[in-house]
Amino acid sequence: MIQAGVIGVGQTKYDAKRRDVSMAGLVREAIDNAMLAANLEWDAIDAVILGKAPDMFEGVIMPELYLADAIGAVGKPVLRVHTAGSVGGSTAVIAASHVCSGQFKTVLTVTFEKQSESNATWALSPRYPYSPHINAGAGGYFAPFIREYIRRYEAPEHIGWKVAAKDRQNALKNPLAHLHIPGIDEKMVSDTPMLWEPLRYLESCPSSDGACAMVITAQDQVGSRNVAWIKGMAVRSEGTLSAGRDEVNPQAGIDCAKDIYNQAGIHNPFNEIDCAEIYVPFSWYEPMWLENLGFCDLGEGWKLTDKDATAIDGELPFNMSGGVLSSNPIGASGMIRFGEAALQVMGLAEDHQVEDAKVAMGHAYGGAAQFFAMWIVSSSLD
Amino acid sequence: MSAEDTPKDYSESPINLEYFYTAGSATTRFLNQVKEGNIVGQGCPKCKAVYVPPRGSCPRCGVATDIEVPLTDKGCIESFTVVHIPIPGNPIVPPYVCAMIRLDGANISFLHLIQDVEIENIRIGMRIQAVWKPKEEWTHSLENIKWFAPIDEPDVDVATLRFEES
Amino acid sequence: MKRVAIVGYAQHPILKNAGALNEVELIMPVVHQLFNDLGISQQDIDFTCSGSCDYLQGAAFAFVEGLSAIQTNPPIKESHVEMDAAWAMYESMLKIQMGDAETALIYGFGKSSPGDLDAIISLQMDPYYISPLWPDRVSLAALQARVLLDQNVITSEQMLASVIEARANSKNNKNALITDLIDESVYLKNAMVSSPLNKLDCPPISDGSSAMIIASEEKAYEFTDHPIWIEGIDHRIESSNLGSRNLATSNTLQASMNQLNLKNIKFDVAELHTQFSHELPFLKSLLNLQDVPTNLSGGPLVGNVMMCAGLDAIGKTYESLKDNQFTHGLAHATSGPCLQHNMLVHLEAQK
Ligand SMILES: [Zn+2]
Repeated sequence: MIQAGVIGVGQTKYDAKRRDVSMAGLVREAIDNAMLAANLEWDAIDAVILGKAPDMFEGVIMPELYLADAIGAVGKPVLRVHTAGSVGGSTAVIAASHVCSGQFKTVLTVTFEKQSESNATWALSPRYPYSPHINAGAGGYFAPFIREYIRRYEAPEHIGWKVAAKDRQNALKNPLAHLHIPGIDEKMVSDTPMLWEPLRYLESCPSSDGACAMVITAQDQVGSRNVAWIKGMAVRSEGTLSAGRDEVNPQAGIDCAKDIYNQAGIHNPFNEIDCAEIYVPFSWYEPMWLENLGFCDLGEGWKLTDKDATAIDGELPFNMSGGVLSSNPIGASGMIRFGEAALQVMGLAEDHQVEDAKVAMGHAYGGAAQFFAMWIVSSSLD
Repeated sequence: MSAEDTPKDYSESPINLEYFYTAGSATTRFLNQVKEGNIVGQGCPKCKAVYVPPRGSCPRCGVATDIEVPLTDKGCIESFTVVHIPIPGNPIVPPYVCAMIRLDGANISFLHLIQDVEIENIRIGMRIQAVWKPKEEWTHSLENIKWFAPIDEPDVDVATLRFEES
Repeated sequence: MKRVAIVGYAQHPILKNAGALNEVELIMPVVHQLFNDLGISQQDIDFTCSGSCDYLQGAAFAFVEGLSAIQTNPPIKESHVEMDAAWAMYESMLKIQMGDAETALIYGFGKSSPGDLDAIISLQMDPYYISPLWPDRVSLAALQARVLLDQNVITSEQMLASVIEARANSKNNKNALITDLIDESVYLKNAMVSSPLNKLDCPPISDGSSAMIIASEEKAYEFTDHPIWIEGIDHRIESSNLGSRNLATSNTLQASMNQLNLKNIKFDVAELHTQFSHELPFLKSLLNLQDVPTNLSGGPLVGNVMMCAGLDAIGKTYESLKDNQFTHGLAHATSGPCLQHNMLVHLEAQK
């Protein structure tokens, strides 16, 4: 297979409302930063792969059509990916597939969401006839799974506060993060109002505007550039309402992680992965994904969190950038994880850099915890 | 500068689209029964899993669920959350309990409300039964059930609810 | 480059109004038909990819509902494009070429009947300057038709012929929605929708679904001795700014023709995703298909399932090559106003 690597990551400043830019301006901000980082001219781009979550977030249908000019796709192939919340990750995987297929040398991929353009909660849960009107948004949907996790493994309630505080402390080291909360700590999280028990206000992700772009190229195009080599990438899906599905520990997540570890030759992910950007939109998903992704046994995830293993200076740092809990432009949130993983192994993560990070993982999930996309990036090809 | 003098950097432009919504033929069969006060799940001919409310397929097997399986309105709470924030356009006043209801004999759960009980007494595994609206208000909707309320039966170990193919 | 072949295609009968059939109930029959034809199951599929559009039926995550039609236990490698399923096929082909899959299932579905398609498609345009004017899809197509007529690229007689031929050809397509034949007098009696397009120049509102299976070279021979190869494929998008495009031609289609080196290929058949009558003579001329039997299925004018019609053009070309002694077929898929985004697929039958 053709080896591919990330040679440029570009992001926007994330914020609740980026009223200073249009949708086109938002995606272009990320793209310009990625192109600058990759040190490439436009004619080097062979195709553009665009991802975002439901079109109803902005009220623009198939936005690759309107954005063709802004994303530099005119005269080129463009693909629009939509796999719910995992889309940022799956878009990166599909972009890399363009290169690995041998059809393309260098591709640009960009994902975005401008949630301020609409009412995001409404866009996610419109009211349908014939159904009881009890849909309480994404938090209301995931909170019962979290409660079941806590019950199964007798996890103490401060674990959620701890994750929420840790990710926001990391965000203070990332100037692009949406939420910068000075003095954030567990107490501050636990003092915020309950939204969807057991989730408090600061245990939930914000709604953000933002975009993330990457330039991915084939081995023979890299030259002397700093590169994050893609050592493994995969997607997995399972049906929403499927009898026997375990929403707390979805099989699709387990299988997807095993797939990328196999590709990357990783036998012990906890020891062999230096840091990870994992999709944690609600605090408790950190311990849940620690277990689901095979970093520890079932029931041990919250204990790893509790002993600071996932802190930026811990054994397995999680979400050094501040994670989804600090910036959440839904369609881009997955690609931010993938891009931040790349920045770590390229040594470009600045104040939130993990020292000597050589192997990093990017992860995204979506739908009813049923769509997964993941990759492993490394500073070296072998 | 007064507020009127500040250049406006956005404008609201509501988009209204009307749709003729159809529920799907499997859901239509189900709702026709709900209109009569009956809950009839649909079973998979291959793995025998019972779906309520049905969507027309068993994603385990990728086949149509064409076996009608009458169920009662009793079950248990598989998990739940207490919603403390109002949801735009949602008439229910918080705090309210939104639970994953697993009816007896069904192999998936659905979201509905729990009431007639102090919130702090609600537990995973608690036995519950539907509280129906007056018959004259019944329509083609699970809203015919006002909410589910606890019944005096021993709790269920939810680990035993996990569907295994026989 | 690894060769990829189409080994199966199935199409739901195109319906004016699928009524109570939901996503799952539309998708399952075509997928099952393919599995039965090939004697396989979802377990034999390495990658699954679909194309659909939430806004058509007004449901965020329509594709998530649709996935329930597919066996996902154990979990599958799966993805979705918010595009015509022709692009889902494209993505699947890349997965096979990179060695991540030997077989792929593609499906598309669309219901245009529940909403107001004209209003919905308006939301494809620039949200700040154009969409607020609610330009409907027929009026946008009419802009291009007018340019083509005024510049003598096509004639109104050719538009009439497109409509009459599409209906005559619908006899070849058991799934066609529009099958009644018409003559010039009937055509002329129809009121203009947006000049120069009258009602019969426009595709019917359609509901339906389609599915396709493609395979690597090695795997393809397990299904058939005569695979239909995807010999060449290329797609490109044009500017969103209609004012900056030359609507009398298509730079991107010309670029794709050069890229695929189509000039010296003698095509036996072509299926074009031409939704409006003027687009057929326009593209036939642009693609040098004047003497090539085109849209023998009737094409989109006799049934135009949104998010499937592009995949259907590929599928119908595949069927033509398979069922006749043809060698070369050309399929075209499009997206966006005035043929903004175009895909060309050169299919070749194994001799
Ligand atoms: Zn089954």
